[in-house]
Amino acid sequence: MTPWYQDPVNFIAEWLRALLTSWGLAPEAVNFILTVLGAGILALLGMLWVIFLIWYERKLIGRIQDRFGPNRVGPWGIFQPFADMLKIFVKEYITPAGADLVPYNLAPILSVGSVLLIWAVIPFTMTIMGVNLNVGLLLIIGAGGFSALAILLAGWGSNNKYAMLGGFRAIALLISYEVPMVVSLLIPVVLTGSLGVNDIVKAQSVPFLLTAPVAAFIFFISSVAESGRAPFDLVEAESEIVAGFNIEYSGLKFGMFYVAEFLHAFTISLLFSTLFLGGWRGPWAEQYPMLGFVYLVIKSFLVYFVVILFRGSLPRFRIDQMMNLNWKLLTPMALVSLIITALVAQPLASLPVVRAVALFLTNAAVMIIFLGWAGRQSSRKRPIVGKPRPLAVPHSDEKLPVEP
Amino acid sequence: MSGLQIIFLVLGALTLASAVMVVTTRKIMHAALWLVLALGGVAAIFATLEASFFAAMQVVVYIGAISILIIFAVMLTRRVMDDTSAQLNKNWPAAFLASALSLGGLVYLLSNWSGFLSTAQALPDGGENLIQFGTALVSPSGFVVPFEVASILLVAALIGGILVASEPKEK
Repeated sequence: MTPWYQDPVNFIAEWLRALLTSWGLAPEAVNFILTVLGAGILALLGMLWVIFLIWYERKLIGRIQDRFGPNRVGPWGIFQPFADMLKIFVKEYITPAGADLVPYNLAPILSVGSVLLIWAVIPFTMTIMGVNLNVGLLLIIGAGGFSALAILLAGWGSNNKYAMLGGFRAIALLISYEVPMVVSLLIPVVLTGSLGVNDIVKAQSVPFLLTAPVAAFIFFISSVAESGRAPFDLVEAESEIVAGFNIEYSGLKFGMFYVAEFLHAFTISLLFSTLFLGGWRGPWAEQYPMLGFVYLVIKSFLVYFVVILFRGSLPRFRIDQMMNLNWKLLTPMALVSLIITALVAQPLASLPVVRAVALFLTNAAVMIIFLGWAGRQSSRKRPIVGKPRPLAVPHSDEKLPVEP
Repeated sequence: MSGLQIIFLVLGALTLASAVMVVTTRKIMHAALWLVLALGGVAAIFATLEASFFAAMQVVVYIGAISILIIFAVMLTRRVMDDTSAQLNKNWPAAFLASALSLGGLVYLLSNWSGFLSTAQALPDGGENLIQFGTALVSPSGFVVPFEVASILLVAALIGGILVASEPKEK
């Protein structure tokens, strides 16, 4: 057996397995208990982690906006989220009249669950992962479908027109950005030859950020969009539709949506660093697996910092700008880059260094061509193609104010 | 009875019950939500059969895309919260005939298949082989023709959708 300091989590798991077996339990029962225990601990740690994330993000957003951020409760305000948490625990649940009860109450649970589902396939070290699924990447995409469903249920079940509008916007966003995201995720799959997440990490002797920068760029933007944060927070645009799909929720039910949003923001950073920055890879990560966890957390926080910087500095997209970005830039770019990657990577598979350089150069060319085109498009004045059609017309009986 | 068999029976009962609810519930929105549960049950059955690729695809395609589109369409129909409308309309004999014929055809086809009554073999270690599956889909000796036919059908549906949605040109 390996010494405990090399791989503590598996050491404890093996010790527990030996203990339970010595109590006379059947091997299947021991497996079942360990699986349930592992899943429970992973989900619990994920949700507790959010407490820290909320403090970190509020502090950082405060600094970006030249404020202090939370600074009263504890040193540097670090206990502020605990106070918020206690407050939200004791708040009253208000159920709106005419709400569709089952969808209304199911939505917050589903929204947290869909994010935690992704954690099941992320390899935290070389040896620690929820499940080493050979279709892990598909599960990540499927989890996005569940989060869309959760938002739709919330928007529908609340019996509120603003919730409904927010739900519609969220679904339009999620369905559209799933297309470039899935295509860009295919590029690591082409380079690896496997859909398993740990296989993708193991294949990154050169991080895929360097061999597939276009895919990384598209995946980053579309996953920020999937998390529904600024600049893609038009699903909860306060100035237009009050609070979007979660307007009718209060107390811990709202808290669940809040937790899901913060957890999703960190999960996309975790995913980006796993798929494009080499995950747990680093010096001596294979001898001492726990070191891999440290590398993963450092890389994730680098990405998370950029996500927060996005949120703190970019204004909100209008819905047509969001759709234009997706369908006119990201989707064609993802398709072209997938074809080019397949054409370049396959013949050069036996020459890893040449392949990496060739991939980097072709990706850079794709990036320059597409971004240059998009820049010219966005700086061009859009022609007026027809008369403006007001959506709301005055009733024929109504007297219009006479212009002076 | 082993634990896996009990899980299979529970999942099967859940799937069938929610499929029945899809066609019997009066609120059309609830029918769409029951459909999601039925499709999720099918995905869970795939997962218990160690077909994790099909389980994931079932979730991605059916729950993530198709049922969301169905719910969208349902939300935009008239009288969506109405629970007093009739459960049947005058087309029910045709619908009954079509579904009975397809059920009968499926049962007939499956009963002619040699593996219908034999016990399934356990999969070798490592589960299903995705690479073999992918090669079979695009090899001429495999399923390339049905695969391409399905693609053409999808493209036709896509073009049709764009044509229906586009604004008529003013003359």
